[in-house]
Amino acid sequence: MKTGAEIRDVTFRGGGFTVVPKRGAALVAFVALIAFWELACRAGWVSPIFLPSPANIVAALHELLATGKLWLHISESLRRLAIGWSFGTVSGLGIGFAIGVWSLSRAVGLPLVSALFPIPKIALLPLLILWLGIGEPSKVATIALGVFFPTAIATFSAIDSVPRNLIRMGQSFNLPAIDVLRKIVLPGALPGILAGFRITASIGLILLVSAEMIGAEYGIGAFILQAGNLMQTDQLLAGVVMLSILGLLIGTGLTRLEAWLLRWR
Amino acid sequence: MELIVEGVSHRYGDVVALEGIDLEVREGETLALIGPSGCGKSTLLGIMGGILQASAGRVRVKGAPPPGSLNPQTYIFQDFALLPWRTVEGNVALALEHHGLSDAEREARIADVLARTGLGEFRQAFPKQLSGGMRQRVGIARALAVKPAILLMDEPLSALDAQTRELLMEDFLALWLRERITAVYVTHNLTEALRLADRVCVLSRRPGRVREMVTIDMPQAERTSQAAQAHLAGLHDRLWRLIKAEAQVAEREVAPA
Repeated sequence: MKTGAEIRDVTFRGGGFTVVPKRGAALVAFVALIAFWELACRAGWVSPIFLPSPANIVAALHELLATGKLWLHISESLRRLAIGWSFGTVSGLGIGFAIGVWSLSRAVGLPLVSALFPIPKIALLPLLILWLGIGEPSKVATIALGVFFPTAIATFSAIDSVPRNLIRMGQSFNLPAIDVLRKIVLPGALPGILAGFRITASIGLILLVSAEMIGAEYGIGAFILQAGNLMQTDQLLAGVVMLSILGLLIGTGLTRLEAWLLRWR
Repeated sequence: MELIVEGVSHRYGDVVALEGIDLEVREGETLALIGPSGCGKSTLLGIMGGILQASAGRVRVKGAPPPGSLNPQTYIFQDFALLPWRTVEGNVALALEHHGLSDAEREARIADVLARTGLGEFRQAFPKQLSGGMRQRVGIARALAVKPAILLMDEPLSALDAQTRELLMEDFLALWLRERITAVYVTHNLTEALRLADRVCVLSRRPGRVREMVTIDMPQAERTSQAAQAHLAGLHDRLWRLIKAEAQVAEREVAPA
């Protein structure tokens, strides 16, 4: 009687495996890491020639800012990135849309895009320099090429993922083809296209720095390379910090753009 | 407007989905299409409204659409087919924008159908903010906005829970008992068919053929009364006997890989 009818609590066993926000943890870890780095430099554990302290990097940044060199390099880089990214994005959107919408352009374009996409575009820079000269066009073209393929692929994949039933719905209300494209296909593909922007922005940044390391006078890539050649590691890392801030700003901008354009989600 | 289906057959590859379908949807009637899953009900509805091309046969309409009708054959979809990036009002407007109506006329139509479907206060809401029942009301409002001559409904209540379905069914009835819009109503739910339809067309499976046409000779308004229950229960049994064996086969079928 006693063993069969005893009353027990049900043990809770559903804990863990969920992500709980821990506010401030990231900040603490960040500060701790930088503090440790600074300490290691001051205590003389690492040579300041190979790894300058955070304070030195900030000082270098401050000097760059004071002499106006910071803005010179950044503006040059931003201009290249903006032109190259825009060319690549506009043409990628156009071709991606054509591949996504028309069977013939898909039959022709898809194998071409798939075949050329895996080429690391930086490998084409020497060829582009031969064609376009060592100046701006070859650098911009490298960025544009690198941006074009992922944009085209993101665009037609996004169009493929637009629910067919929405397109049939549009047709059932006799919407003209242009309206189906404009009011159903394009907004439906927008989330995928914007996700592509995020990828192409980082690809653009990588190619920008690489291209600037060949025959550029100004630009963050050129600046980092010069600093490295002169063993000015504090300047070098100041350049890296600029890049990471730039990448962060672009990422934040895209997040804002997404939040505004996709506010219906 | 009447809809006449003549010798319609349809095949997907080797599978004959529909074979030799002949039927007529009469002016002002609601015809329910029922049958086990895979009998081609939705395919037939697609062919009736011209968004699917039949392999053989033809579909014709007889009579003029009502004045002001912008889209004589209009669908209401099972999954609502609302654009998530448009508000309630924008989704209804989608069906009107390309017709070159004046702003005043368009606004009047939108306001009218939203009022009739009880959506007046949700004009600016996005679909994701609405319950399933409300979303389907938007689908109904969009269909009514173009003043359809024939409503083609593909299991419009199937995606809803049982209580919402019950509520929406009564609203449906109130709407079209008033307007008497010719309607084709695809469903696998016999109760829905018996509540809404004037005639029930039972389709067989693979190939889909018209197996039987059952007339429900009782006005929709009287069907909820006690007296009607026995009669409707009898019809329910009869319809169920017609499709039960095939529904069992359908249920045990493995889809081709």
